[in-house]
Amino acid sequence: MDELEDLYQEVILDHYKRPRNFGVLESPDRLVEGNNPLCGDRLHVSVKMKGDTIEDVRFKGAGCAISVASASIMTDAVKGRPRAQFDDMFEKFHAMVTGTGAAVDGKLAAFAGVSEFPVRVKCASLAWHTLKAALEGKSETISTE
Amino acid sequence: MTTLATGYDVKAVRADFPILGTRVRGKPLVYLDNAATTQKPRAVLDSLTRYYETLNSNIHRGVHWLSELATKEYELARSKAARFLNAADAREIVFTRGTTESINLVAQTYGRRHVGAGDEVLITAMEHHSNIVPWQMLCDEKGAKLKVAAMSDAGELLAGEFEKQLSPRTKIAAVTHLSNALGTINPVKRLCALARAKGVPVLVDGAQAAPRMRLDVRDLGCEWYAFSGHKIYGPTGIGVLWGRLATLEAMPPYQGGGEMILSVTFEKTTYNKTPHKFEAGTPDIAGAIGLGAALDYLTALGIDAAAAHEHDLLEYATRAVSAVPGVRLIGTAKEKAGALSFVMEGVHPHDIGTILDQEGVAIRTGHHCAQPVMDRFGLPATARASFAIYNTREEIDTLVAALHRVKEVFA
Repeated sequence: MDELEDLYQEVILDHYKRPRNFGVLESPDRLVEGNNPLCGDRLHVSVKMKGDTIEDVRFKGAGCAISVASASIMTDAVKGRPRAQFDDMFEKFHAMVTGTGAAVDGKLAAFAGVSEFPVRVKCASLAWHTLKAALEGKSETISTE
Repeated sequence: MTTLATGYDVKAVRADFPILGTRVRGKPLVYLDNAATTQKPRAVLDSLTRYYETLNSNIHRGVHWLSELATKEYELARSKAARFLNAADAREIVFTRGTTESINLVAQTYGRRHVGAGDEVLITAMEHHSNIVPWQMLCDEKGAKLKVAAMSDAGELLAGEFEKQLSPRTKIAAVTHLSNALGTINPVKRLCALARAKGVPVLVDGAQAAPRMRLDVRDLGCEWYAFSGHKIYGPTGIGVLWGRLATLEAMPPYQGGGEMILSVTFEKTTYNKTPHKFEAGTPDIAGAIGLGAALDYLTALGIDAAAAHEHDLLEYATRAVSAVPGVRLIGTAKEKAGALSFVMEGVHPHDIGTILDQEGVAIRTGHHCAQPVMDRFGLPATARASFAIYNTREEIDTLVAALHRVKEVFA
């Protein structure tokens, strides 16, 4: 049961049941859809930039606990950060969930348990890939399947 | 282990399937993903080994001893498939890679010849992607229209809907015998009669029905019947398309190559006879022989006894799973077999799947290759437990206990 408790930590279940920054920004600079149709995870990420900084970010959608909590915690973590810092955070987060890097700081560390569940990496990283695409100015739907 | 009043010895059946002894993270494997693929009995595994150890050679062209033996075994498998479906003639059995290829074969041969601009192909709202996409591709190519017979909230075809959708422009109808996502049994015999009255040939997707129901293609009144080897305890990569002999003979060939020809010059090729004209290239000889062994196994066990056993499991599971608080069944047709789809309030199916897997319970979560079915019910996905001849009531108890564990985690 240890692995399961590592995966479904309190903070993850909390953000799944009460997602933060949930909704769509009124006049976003970027809005990109992420969709993993095989498992049925689907979300929108909308971003408002101020220069090179992520001024505001929201997500809306439905999915499994891992994908929703990841989107919720990510939006909390990246708000107010410069673009370059986001790239760095994403890289470290990705290394952590795929088991190739150390645990990261803060609430994002809750996803360290994902590395024991390789099929769930795509759930944890969907929101991140979608936001990255939005920051890169892409408009096509993103999938991590 | 539960032994039913019918004398069905599930313990003996389980002993025939080596993989069922597997332990998952220290717990016994509870394999409830049988609608995706079934496990293989020792008799099938042995037939594959025996083929490669004692018979391996190419068929239908060698004059040597081994080739003759392999050809005989391959054609014997064809006869077994014909008997299993109560077909009139073994030449009505075409070996394919599976149900998907069987359907594509009909769409690309009969379909391309008979469906034109403005014509219609009729399917139902509960089809698997493999009985949607080949027809969509055909319709796109020909400028034809794909019509869909709607279903109720219970997952049953609406009364009169199929008949209503049959029009003078309908050139083919394609229906599933048993829905993989909902477990609904369609009244295929009646649908075929309705279609035939309007001169419309019907293809039946039997991927889920073949392992679970006694079949008689002549009684059903369809034109084609398709099923897969790997869902009926046989190997992957082999399947069957049954078609009425006259219909198959009138159809153009599918793929071109060896085996499907009688003679080839650069000017002209004369095609082989049915069914060989549909079997271009060296087929999956071992797979066909393995499928024959699987059909022998199921026939010896008794398809009616197997169906009764699975019916008992489905009834038992329906009661037990729907009693778990927050669980809602998806697909509540009166006539059901094989699969139990459900959702749990506040928990995504993918999370259910992960937690069940920790308990050794293998189920399917997702859209089950039937996205239009999910859309119909307004769901992104469901969890699905599906049953086979070797499952037990105790395994369903394990499933239910694991579902309670899901409730705990998400409490």
